[in-house]
Amino acid sequence: MLENVKHVILVLSGKGGVGKSTVSTQLALTLKEKNFKVGLLDIDLCGPSIPYLLQLEDKGVHQSDEGWVPVYTDQEQKLAVMSIGFLLNSRNDAVVWRGPKKTAMVKQFLTDVSWGELDYLLIDTPPGTSDEHISVMESLKGVKCDGAILVTTPQQVSIEDVRKEVTFCKRTKIPILGIVENMSGFVCPSCTECTNIFSKGGGEALANLAEVPFLGVLPIDPRVGALLGKACVKELPESPSAKTFNEIAEKITCT
Amino acid sequence: MASTVENPTNIPEHCPGTDSANAGKASACAGCPNQQICASGPAGPDPGIQLVKERLEQVRNKVLVLSGKGGVGKSTVTAMLSRSLAARDKDSNVAVLDIDICGPSQPRVMGVLNEQVHQSGSGWSPVYVDDNLSVMSIGFLLSSPDDAVIWRGPKKNGMIRQFLSEVDWGNLDYLLMDTPPGTSDEHLSASTYLSQAGLTGAVIVTTPQEVALLDVRKEIDFCKKVKIRVLGVVENMSIFVCPCCKRLSEIFPATTGGAKKMCEELNVPFLGSLPLDPTVARYCDEGKDFISELPNSPVVQALGEIVKKLVTVCESREE
Repeated sequence: MLENVKHVILVLSGKGGVGKSTVSTQLALTLKEKNFKVGLLDIDLCGPSIPYLLQLEDKGVHQSDEGWVPVYTDQEQKLAVMSIGFLLNSRNDAVVWRGPKKTAMVKQFLTDVSWGELDYLLIDTPPGTSDEHISVMESLKGVKCDGAILVTTPQQVSIEDVRKEVTFCKRTKIPILGIVENMSGFVCPSCTECTNIFSKGGGEALANLAEVPFLGVLPIDPRVGALLGKACVKELPESPSAKTFNEIAEKITCT
Repeated sequence: MASTVENPTNIPEHCPGTDSANAGKASACAGCPNQQICASGPAGPDPGIQLVKERLEQVRNKVLVLSGKGGVGKSTVTAMLSRSLAARDKDSNVAVLDIDICGPSQPRVMGVLNEQVHQSGSGWSPVYVDDNLSVMSIGFLLSSPDDAVIWRGPKKNGMIRQFLSEVDWGNLDYLLMDTPPGTSDEHLSASTYLSQAGLTGAVIVTTPQEVALLDVRKEIDFCKKVKIRVLGVVENMSIFVCPCCKRLSEIFPATTGGAKKMCEELNVPFLGSLPLDPTVARYCDEGKDFISELPNSPVVQALGEIVKKLVTVCESREE
């Protein structure tokens, strides 16, 4: 099913809540602004965030002869999205599944969705190095996977988990495209003093340690969190976040 | 394991049930897709449940710390609660069990990063942070911080069973269990193994923004489904006080009313909010005891209230 997809990129992090979904959505929107056809697959089965972040919570998935039709964010169908959130009856419903069932669902997402022609398929993952990750790796064996973007926050407690994710990538032979450091400082709106709430520089240090590229820092910016479906590069072109997203997109597209 | 076998959607009409001695062998089982699993698995409940019950008989309160969302501060809140519980009464015994297998954070947050566990005749000895505060985590069993635990569900399940049934905690007043995000293997295993041992309930941690509350609602739904009592919800990272101008900022804006409103909607108790304090984050990274070192931090003060409420809820159940 993925033969018409030119590039597959995973967004990983050992740690939860560091902004994998936010980075995936904004990166997808940035690529879309650059006129690529993009797919965004959310394989976080227990906590899907993409439908909310793109304001698609009331949308449903339809079945066609070719498989599941993803949800499109726009008329021109340049950004296609698939998530388990579209299959749940209520947003409060919990998906209480053990590994084998999650594995089956992930496989179905990878084989049964009719993405059509895509330039980039971004895969947003849950935290950890367990069932979902192993399943994706196994299913992607036959497909060319460009690599993984690792997201972290700067504090040690998060770096520690992401180090494990680096090991996971090395063992499963997924190339690491680079590390993004998210939430790396908060600029007080009244006195413009920058506070490093979760310290700073951890992502870059980790990139050096693991000998992988460092893609950039994203500061804490409540405006980006409030964008909900709009592209940061378009709505807040002057913000430091937009700059970083543009840089990351450039690095991905030129390789 | 019989308890992990899920019923197929098209159960044969006279299915004897996965726990029955006839599972997979009755005539109705012919043609059922799960026949083989039922027939080969041991009948009856998992023997681990009984072992856990015996091991945890000396533990008065067993509390799970849950959150559907990652990175909201489950481990930090677990560490804070345990330190606070241990500090308020020197005669009580408190322990923390880290069942986050893929991303253990307790060794760092508690400041016992390079410690090891020892085996004794009565089981694994946990690592002691203080005279009355002990910790157990898979982090102590890894040889390097780069080591990844790339395990599927059943293996994680086995580890959790071992943690619950083989650690020699001694007499405990509180056992807090720190969990990974989600509603999957680890959570199901913990609730299954603790089903006979008398789980006191769950503390749920969230941050104020909708994207976190979304996953936390799922976790509360999970608690209802598996019949875990929700002791209360703690809202972490609620407000940031600029250290320079003291202005309050909402870093993760509660656009939908935050945790308090969610608690009202879902009818669960709200325990309180913890502000965001960069010093506390740094102390966590360094594993220092922020309760005795930062007694004036707004976080520590808010924590006092939360612990008081939590103790009341736990004690009221016992009578």
